[in-house]
Amino acid sequence: MTETRQHARYTEYHPRWYRSRVSTWWWLSRWPYLKFILREISSVFVAWFVVVLLLQIRALSRGSEAYAAFERWLQNPLIVLLNMITLFFVVFHTVTWFNVAPRAMAIRFRGKRVPDFWIVGANYAAWAAVSLVLTWFLVRS
Amino acid sequence: MAKQSNEPVLWALFSAGGVFAAFVIPVHLFLIGLAFPLGWIPAPGYEYLHALVRLPLARLYVFALCFLALFHWAHRFRYTLYDGLQIKHLNELIFFCCYGGAILGTVWAGYLLWNFR
Amino acid sequence: MTETISLEVLRYSPERDAEPSFQRYDVPLRKDWVVLDALNYIKDKVDGSLTFRWSCRMGICGSCGMMVNGEPKLTCATFLSNYAREQGPLRVQPLRYFPVIRDLVVEITDFMTKLQSVKPWLIRNEEKPISEGEYLQTPEQLDRYKQFSMCINCILCYAACPVYGLDPVFIGPAGIALAQRYNMDSRDEGAHERMDVLAQHEGIWGCTFVGECTKVCPKHVDPAGAIQQYKLTATIERFKSFLMPRGAK
Repeated sequence: MTETRQHARYTEYHPRWYRSRVSTWWWLSRWPYLKFILREISSVFVAWFVVVLLLQIRALSRGSEAYAAFERWLQNPLIVLLNMITLFFVVFHTVTWFNVAPRAMAIRFRGKRVPDFWIVGANYAAWAAVSLVLTWFLVRS
Repeated sequence: MAKQSNEPVLWALFSAGGVFAAFVIPVHLFLIGLAFPLGWIPAPGYEYLHALVRLPLARLYVFALCFLALFHWAHRFRYTLYDGLQIKHLNELIFFCCYGGAILGTVWAGYLLWNFR
Repeated sequence: MTETISLEVLRYSPERDAEPSFQRYDVPLRKDWVVLDALNYIKDKVDGSLTFRWSCRMGICGSCGMMVNGEPKLTCATFLSNYAREQGPLRVQPLRYFPVIRDLVVEITDFMTKLQSVKPWLIRNEEKPISEGEYLQTPEQLDRYKQFSMCINCILCYAACPVYGLDPVFIGPAGIALAQRYNMDSRDEGAHERMDVLAQHEGIWGCTFVGECTKVCPKHVDPAGAIQQYKLTATIERFKSFLMPRGAK
């Protein structure tokens, strides 16, 4: 039976109801909101990493002198500082992403929900493994 | 049936990008941004890196990483601008700047990697 | 001389005031009193004009939701003694992001309309006649949606959700969690009907997984989890309908 019900219509605008406008600074009013915005801002640093990676690829394709110049650019103190901040934010992205992963996927094993701890743990273990493999590829000469 | 929204596709790209970024970007950035420039770990030589990037699998990996990470940024940043700055009324402009930026980055990545010699 | 605690309650009278303002009351600090008891004390003994909603006073009806020191809480489940040593008075305000009718009473028709739009009831293609017996359900099938069925519609989650405050079209945490409750129920066959409402642009996609809704939920429903699971379902459906346009439904 899929008969649609007509529900009562309420006046949507009432002149005496008090409606407060949400401030532009709503995200500063509570620490969880600020943490949320910082988490979202981490995406900007993810994009910055892509830029650095592509600059590296471009330098590699232009010969060893261009690459040496790129490596020198990376040693510029301002760039190092920027990359330190970037590292903080990309790690923050990873940690916050893993922490919410179990909620987004209700993984069931033998009919019962797998406890969050295992899912988060599995993610961290995989992260460690992937990092080791990538390091092995990248630190060789 | 209501008009199909494209949001699911954009969200799927955001999620895939988020997963990929979460797993690989920290170690990449640590090495290329800090460990190698600051000399904590000896940096790989030009010859080795050049040969590594030439491998088709490596180029595919880099392309996928750039493509997904950029779309991850685009989607997340778009919503941050909507909610953080409450400029929803500029939503068409924001949409084009964010996804347009991601497309440009992806095209640049594709161009660099395809022509890599 | 019994110990007292100070409350600052936001008052708003539509006939008299242009804007709400705080009024301070001193209330006895009894160790078993909750904020609701304090409000009832004020109404009984101090200021009969104070207006607020409450009913069961045991955390199941969902009527008494208010902001207590900036956090959405059920006032029947929030003990005064937890705030006894705080600096400054205990602030009680109406639920955030809803229009205020009077004092601590908010207008929740928006929530009601959105809830109704997700069809929170079992939808069957064909009802089984009673003579054929009950719908059977295993404990595993129950477990898939039970958590979402715990919702008492107290709308604390809406008061915690910044997206709901910023975006009038967003359906909101409880609405989507309840839609999921029925989608995941093995007796239900209405998932595609709900999909149209939920998957339209701002139905669920406005959610950016802030996660505050789950934190404030008094019944541990985890609406944030429900929404992310639904996003995944909706995405899979979208890809399926793209790849098999005629076969999908």
